[in-house]
Amino acid sequence: MSEALKVPTMADYMATGETPEILFWVGCAGSFDDRAKKITKALVKILNHANVKFAVLGTEESCTGDPAKRAGNEFLFQMQAMTNITVMNEYQVKKIVTACPHCFNTLKNEYPNLGGNYQVVHHTELLQDLLSSGRIKIEGGSFKGKKITFHDPCYLGRANDVYEAPREVMVNLDAELMEMKRSKANGFCCGAGGAQMFKEAEKGDREVNVERAEEALALNPDIIAVGCPFCNTMMTDGVKFFNKEHQVKVLDVAEMIAQAQDL
Amino acid sequence: MIASIIFILLIVAGVTFSTINARKIIRNIGLGKDVNMTDQPSQRWKLMTLVALGQKKMFARPIPAILHIFLYAAFVITQIELIEIFVDGIIGTHRVFRPALGGFYTFMVSFIEILSVLAMIGTIAFLSRRNLLKIPRLVKSELNGWPKLDANFILIAEFVLICFIFMMNGADEVLYSRGMSHATDLGDGSLGLSISSKLGPLLFGGMSDHTLHIIERIGWWGHIILVFGYLNYLPYSKHLHILLAFPNVYFSNLNPKGQFTNLESVTNEVKAMMDPTFTPPPPANPDQPMRFGAKDVTDLSWKQLLNAYSCTECGRCTSVCPANTTGKLLSPRKIMMDTRDRLVEVGENIDKNGGTFVDDGKTLGSYITKEELWACTSCNGCVEACPINIDPLSIIMDMRRFLVMEESSAPTELTGMFTNIENNGAPWQFPPSDRLNWKNE
Repeated sequence: MSEALKVPTMADYMATGETPEILFWVGCAGSFDDRAKKITKALVKILNHANVKFAVLGTEESCTGDPAKRAGNEFLFQMQAMTNITVMNEYQVKKIVTACPHCFNTLKNEYPNLGGNYQVVHHTELLQDLLSSGRIKIEGGSFKGKKITFHDPCYLGRANDVYEAPREVMVNLDAELMEMKRSKANGFCCGAGGAQMFKEAEKGDREVNVERAEEALALNPDIIAVGCPFCNTMMTDGVKFFNKEHQVKVLDVAEMIAQAQDL
Repeated sequence: MIASIIFILLIVAGVTFSTINARKIIRNIGLGKDVNMTDQPSQRWKLMTLVALGQKKMFARPIPAILHIFLYAAFVITQIELIEIFVDGIIGTHRVFRPALGGFYTFMVSFIEILSVLAMIGTIAFLSRRNLLKIPRLVKSELNGWPKLDANFILIAEFVLICFIFMMNGADEVLYSRGMSHATDLGDGSLGLSISSKLGPLLFGGMSDHTLHIIERIGWWGHIILVFGYLNYLPYSKHLHILLAFPNVYFSNLNPKGQFTNLESVTNEVKAMMDPTFTPPPPANPDQPMRFGAKDVTDLSWKQLLNAYSCTECGRCTSVCPANTTGKLLSPRKIMMDTRDRLVEVGENIDKNGGTFVDDGKTLGSYITKEELWACTSCNGCVEACPINIDPLSIIMDMRRFLVMEESSAPTELTGMFTNIENNGAPWQFPPSDRLNWKNE
């Protein structure tokens, strides 16, 4: 079951003269945040299992600049963007997958105008592809009958109109999918976006993630599914706020697919 | 004859003043920076048909949407009746189109009457929602004072306008049945109007011909005076949306909502920094100092300023805002209201000073505080919620850009995050060489 992860870098591929199908953009959270690293590994397991020829940039990857841009530091954003674009164009990157909707949005929408033109997909879109083309299969699994509600990440949903991919992937789990009152285009933010992740919230009555966790918990789910490392942190903290961390798990869609495949 | 002269003077005054005001608004919107929003015209027409004309986004909340449709339909269709009022007013006739149009005339005016009843239900419901039910988004603090008065004033004016219509038609029905109406007698004994043929006798049945003529005239003049009053009140009111919603939706942002603009001025500087051989193009306007982000309304684009004039302060944006719903100071509606207030102030300043803006020591930042700006999660909830595609988020972002790039004024934690990205290529303090460590953990 637990084989060593195969994580080739773009440099490895270049050395052999081959080109990978897709670049896996890991992102800062996926590289450094302990919780998000598990999502990264889950996705790698799936990619390995499905024999997807992918590569990472490894130490050549740098922040997309998203948090700088949303915080108003356009200089820093464009410095980061142009550095990353130089690296990726050097490797002739065509297609990118990322498990972070913020990286996804920035790479997909804000890089082209600076010279970085790539086909960018969110990992739930790639998973949907792999499932529909039969490259991965799920039979039965530990999620059968579990109550799951999906929290739409703002930068995947409203920002890019991707609502169905994560839901269609989870249909394969044979679970009971439930929708929160505010979902899809009306989804309520977890509170992390716009660089809020990196600062204390302004004075108010309560934290945004507490409000959102309360809404999710009202459905009595077994699992709150997420598709963003920052939503993951916020929802996990929100569930803890209500002392429900033993009953309710916060899991990324990729983690569920990996678990369901017993990877 | 005298009535005709008064009527013509009323038209001239009404049109002149509203034209002066309209020109001022267009001038003010033109103070914004140039931005091209004319690509994909077919997509834009489609959007305008669905969202502005069809009010598609209103139906996210069905009850106010239906009430709003009542008012909207009545408003649009009543314009047809105005044509007759204009002709009658100028040449001194009475119901000039009735003999020629016959049954079609009866149908049109009857249809307008039914819509007017629905509109009356709408105004009463809207007044109740604001003043009795106190729907949360309609009683937020940014509406205190003038905005609240403005909203109520418009609704009351609409209510009175509909009363005038029924005074005019109701009294005329009674007069017509007595053969005393100024309308051409077609020998049919009734104007045949759907509501007034019943309501008229009920309300005015016992009154003398003289009183009825006075009531009919009060209704007729009241109607037209209110229409002109309304036209001239619009520029001072949130109600400008009835006109501006259409261009505002037409010039919508067609890119994905997550795509923020890349500042070209910054691109040139960054390119010059990374590539010494790169020579940036000369600035378009060498007299003006280069500005990063928005310090004042004139740093915003004309589209953002059009947004501000188009906002009708419904508060759907604020009611979905994660910051506002958790008690933070930020309200996207207030961002739009403040932008408009400051723009009007800048416009008045220009008028007062013979065509040039004289520094008044204020900026858009005098209206919108840093605390509001930093509370935004950039979730696009407000943009999605707006029935006419107003984008408060872009203004918040442009103001943040000014704070960070020109004032170096970001919350300390964010300054730390910037430093980390600069030094480590990540928002946290991890060395870039550790980026692939997860593989072996």
